[in-house]
Amino acid sequence: MTGFDVLTQPRQVRRRIGLTGQHPAVDEVISARQNLIMFGRLFHIGRAAARRRADELLEQFGLAAVADQSPKHFSGGMRRRLDLAASMILAPEVLFLDEPTTGLDPAGRREVWQAIEGLAARGTTVLLTTHYLDEADKLCDRIAVIDRGRNLVEDTPAGLKRRIGSERLEILAAEPADLPHIADVMGKVATDRHPPTVDESSLTVTVAVTDGVRALTDVATQLKALGISVADLGVRRPTLDEAFLQLTRPTDHNPGESMP
Amino acid sequence: MTTTHAVGEDTVDLAPAADDTVWARVKWAVLDCGTVVRQELNHVFRQPSTFAWQLGFPIMMVLMFVYVFGSAMDVTGKGAGVDYLEFAIPGLFTLTMAFGFMNTAFSVALMKEKGFIDRFRSMPMASSAVVTGRGVADLLHAALDLLILATIALVLGWRTGGGLTNTLAAFGLLLWLRLALIFVGIYLGLLVKNTEVAGNLFALAFPFVMISSVFAPPDFMPGWLGAIAAWNPVSSTAAAIRELFQSPEVASGYWIEQHAVAAALLWPAAILALFLPLAVQRYRRLGQ
Repeated sequence: MTGFDVLTQPRQVRRRIGLTGQHPAVDEVISARQNLIMFGRLFHIGRAAARRRADELLEQFGLAAVADQSPKHFSGGMRRRLDLAASMILAPEVLFLDEPTTGLDPAGRREVWQAIEGLAARGTTVLLTTHYLDEADKLCDRIAVIDRGRNLVEDTPAGLKRRIGSERLEILAAEPADLPHIADVMGKVATDRHPPTVDESSLTVTVAVTDGVRALTDVATQLKALGISVADLGVRRPTLDEAFLQLTRPTDHNPGESMP
Repeated sequence: MTTTHAVGEDTVDLAPAADDTVWARVKWAVLDCGTVVRQELNHVFRQPSTFAWQLGFPIMMVLMFVYVFGSAMDVTGKGAGVDYLEFAIPGLFTLTMAFGFMNTAFSVALMKEKGFIDRFRSMPMASSAVVTGRGVADLLHAALDLLILATIALVLGWRTGGGLTNTLAAFGLLLWLRLALIFVGIYLGLLVKNTEVAGNLFALAFPFVMISSVFAPPDFMPGWLGAIAAWNPVSSTAAAIRELFQSPEVASGYWIEQHAVAAALLWPAAILALFLPLAVQRYRRLGQ
């Protein structure tokens, strides 16, 4: 860990890491500034330095205006930002975040994301766990998918998506009766001639394609020739959700077991 | 409030003080303890209502015992209600100290629940400071409790007959009991799952505190119960401080009551010997 042995040099390691758990570990009674000064002192920086560092972090995390209020009156996002500020007192090389945006509203999540991006831009290695794949997609350079304690795969967000096929061509039919014809046409442009997925309830037909733009024009031309009009048609990138579900799909060894 | 976080250069020198020599470690153990204590004291200043509520219970108990049940109590053999205030006030001091471990357990359970302990464990601070800081803060808290209760007792008409030295010795014995119970509180606080369970410890604490000589002499109880009450550590402290305050004599047929001061010194020592290592071991084993 950052060049030190966790077992034999625990203090050196502790000086170089930051941790925020699932719940913001800030004192709800004392003020935001008092919280940061207290943690600063416990990180063994001098009294005056702890004070200045607290003001600096309050400024950086957009909490200067509420510095003397207690976190009790904060929104979830503000409390989490104070929590992040507390783990940033020594500007750690590695920061561990356990589900930093769980239970936050969209505004709070955005605030926390911006704070994390700011930290990463500054050179801190951020290791975060999350159940929100859009969060991982947005924030992470590398993602490890862990299922039942096993590290299934580790890759970049783009790499993970590439593993389940490149782009998807998706058509929303206007009439249920058109679905078989649309599927027929789409099957011809599919990667490896894979049969398309037809969802009759939502009237959508989806298929993985290699060259999205070309597949789109081919299908559009053919449908026009057949006289079929569609409600919507488009090419989209696969989502991380799809990648995740595919990667963690129950295998024959443990069928039907649910996700952790 | 801005939503973007300006990323500037740090202006503060973040190089932590060297803390690897034995001396530095001792120094930081003391300083970290002081930091934790300051945090706890800030709680009292910023939230005096919580502090007042915690005192409400013993005050209510003494008013109830002195004025509701006390009129029917004849502890000295001089008639119902006579000298009961002199008997009950030392009992009230002891009761407050004895129930104090609940506050300790609750605070520790809350720190665990809030992830505070996890954060402390990830930091370079002296790990002993979590325990020592809690201990010092709770002792200061207890001393403040006693000061307030003694003032109320004086207003109600209670007087110490023991002189300055004996009176101070009595308060010393009270804090000695509280200190020992701090480690019971820390151990239980680390043991329980959450603050809800910590609150339920009251059911456990109530008989432990009440089956004692706090409000009635064990001699008046059925034989077996009287023996349990007399040998309760809480009773030893109560009997010892009554002796030091020179409260009116009450019947005391049990051997341990006749050696109350020694018992009030030894019982807390025994509790410490058992629960100090248990609490430290429990803290070390967290997260394993």
